[in-house]
Amino acid sequence: MSLVLDHLGLTVAAVPVISEVSLTLERGTMNVLLGPTLAGKTTLMRLMAGLDRPTSGRLLLDGKDITGVPVRRRSVAMVYQQFVNYPTLSVYENIASPLRVAKLAKAEIEARVQSAAKLLRLEKMLDRTPLQLSGGQQQRTAIARALVKRADLVLLDEPLANLDYKLREELREELPRIFAESGAILVYATTEPTEALLLGGNTATLWQGRLSQVGPTASVYRQPRNIDAARVFSDPPLNELALDKRGSAITLADGRQMPAAGPLRDLADGSYRIGFRVDAVRVGGGMPGALSFPGQVSVTEISGSESFVHVDVGLATWVCLVRGVHEWEPGAPAEVHVDPGRIYVFDAAGAVMGQPAERETV
Amino acid sequence: MARITLDGIAHAYGRPKTEQDYALKKLDHVWEQGMAYALLGPSGCGKTTLLNIISGLVTPSEGRLLFDERDVTRLPTEQRNIAQVFQFPVIYDTMTVAENLAFPLRNRRVPQPQIDARVAEIAAMLDLTSDLNRRARNLTADAKQKISLGRGLVRSDVSAVLFDEPLTVIDPALKWELRSKLKAVHRALDLLMIYVTHDQIEALTFADRVVVMNDGRAVQIGSPADLFERPEHTFVGYFIGSPGMNFLPAAIEGTTALVDGHRIPLGAAYPTLPGGKIQLGIRPDFALLRRGGGGVPVQVRRIDDLGRRRLAHVTLGSCPLIATVPPDMTLDGSEAAVDLSPAHLHVYVDDHRVEGLAP
Repeated sequence: MSLVLDHLGLTVAAVPVISEVSLTLERGTMNVLLGPTLAGKTTLMRLMAGLDRPTSGRLLLDGKDITGVPVRRRSVAMVYQQFVNYPTLSVYENIASPLRVAKLAKAEIEARVQSAAKLLRLEKMLDRTPLQLSGGQQQRTAIARALVKRADLVLLDEPLANLDYKLREELREELPRIFAESGAILVYATTEPTEALLLGGNTATLWQGRLSQVGPTASVYRQPRNIDAARVFSDPPLNELALDKRGSAITLADGRQMPAAGPLRDLADGSYRIGFRVDAVRVGGGMPGALSFPGQVSVTEISGSESFVHVDVGLATWVCLVRGVHEWEPGAPAEVHVDPGRIYVFDAAGAVMGQPAERETV
Repeated sequence: MARITLDGIAHAYGRPKTEQDYALKKLDHVWEQGMAYALLGPSGCGKTTLLNIISGLVTPSEGRLLFDERDVTRLPTEQRNIAQVFQFPVIYDTMTVAENLAFPLRNRRVPQPQIDARVAEIAAMLDLTSDLNRRARNLTADAKQKISLGRGLVRSDVSAVLFDEPLTVIDPALKWELRSKLKAVHRALDLLMIYVTHDQIEALTFADRVVVMNDGRAVQIGSPADLFERPEHTFVGYFIGSPGMNFLPAAIEGTTALVDGHRIPLGAAYPTLPGGKIQLGIRPDFALLRRGGGGVPVQVRRIDDLGRRRLAHVTLGSCPLIATVPPDMTLDGSEAAVDLSPAHLHVYVDDHRVEGLAP
């Protein structure tokens, strides 16, 4: 079974909200829609579900045009960012509700609810009502309800966004396993690159209503084809620098010149923009062969395992990763070294022209 | 300006019968002038109760609250000389941004030239300068919350500024920016700031000292580096860092830990340990996967590629453990080993860290 989005578009009040989205989703696959807030993720999911009708393009299920088929006649389940449950029903009845509507036999309902409850570790909560549960358990209940339906298409719209980060961490770990067994076409919308990487499968990066790239998640992360995909797939944000390349040298906006290193070396003369992630730079110390920029620390953000030093290098403020907890004082001078072997080069249109060589992986 | 002292503060909603009934268990602590503190913990840990006791919304069941030497335990909020910033913007829609910022000063009859100077200073810190003459009504939720922050910070004579999850309504993409701003503001202004959050990045970035709370108890008060490198309680090990600390059931013999029959050298000696449940703690960041030929043998179950780092889910004997995969390492099969950095191995007895002796 496959769902094909064929040049799907949606225009609202003459403004294009979704433009030319083409995508093939196969049964039993995890498909991540990655994009910032307002990129069009929810809108696109509503088109897939049949909640809204596209203004152009077609939706094909196993080759059959279902564009105009209303949601109630499709096999779709959806989980939202807000925890949507029936507050007066028990957890058991919440999970069972779509099966009761479908008038399934009692024994079948019992079997499906129990197995979903087991998968989502809700077995001991079945007699409670949703308001007696933690946020994590409430969302587990909503996910269990989406699973028991055995819908062809399961849409998860930022399901972990409203959870505390420790709960998010826990559920994020479990989700791929839970969904691997469902056999449905899974679509999972998120703003977070880390979440996409943990979910694996395929990722489509969405920016301003357009897909900027589609492919296996890890390869979209490591080999973005354009600057939109690279930006969407970077958190903290992608560090960037505009430059002109002439012969064996590059010139920056302030007139500074540096040798054309890394993938810049073999490019034709012209204007480019380079992008590099937080782990392609080193702050302080030295790095042979690096492009080095003196700057000043503006702030250090600390997550625990990682510290992110924001350094103002004059032409831009870049974010640099330091492992562990390391506080750099605001205002302190700091030199940023960019590893030329880890940069992406984009042309004026944003297409990737050079990128790091693939690294060995396990 | 003040220091705030919690003298045996505890609180129960209703009449407590056992210690478990206290939403906030007995706490002694001094909040120093000019410092930034974060109260960090999961929902229901007691952090909001503690903030409400300081602000005067809740009168504690036990103990005294002192602002400098003055007992304010039973004083209403308006007599405590504090500023507060809440989850949602509290501003006057019909006023301009400048009028909103000036309001707390105007209320206290601060001379106009002083008001103008302070409003300009705070607006500059929060990047509100270009919006000063706009009405607040038409601004985005983010901008409105920046005004709320500004109103909380505009008075320089307050005993403390209390923040209750102030970045909740901020768009995730802009949180970076506001966290930086708050930090810069703290460095620039000599104010006692107390900040409640369940977000570890906000807490660790903003605060000089973080109070980690769990189940009504302050389990550790320390710098971000303390919490990461020397968690005093297993909850801190779990809650700080992503993923949290590994804990392995262990037996200790002097400078060696025994985990499921494997001998693991420690960085310190533990000649006498109190009785109780003994666990060995190490963060995934300090447990490095290697290809064998040394280290402690493990079975690799799965490797998660998180982009800028890879984490191996392994078993050491029968104990699950998460280890860091070095950047260019490759692996064949599931046999491997881990290097557990002795300096980062901690011993916990009944969830509390025990300090070892120099070996």
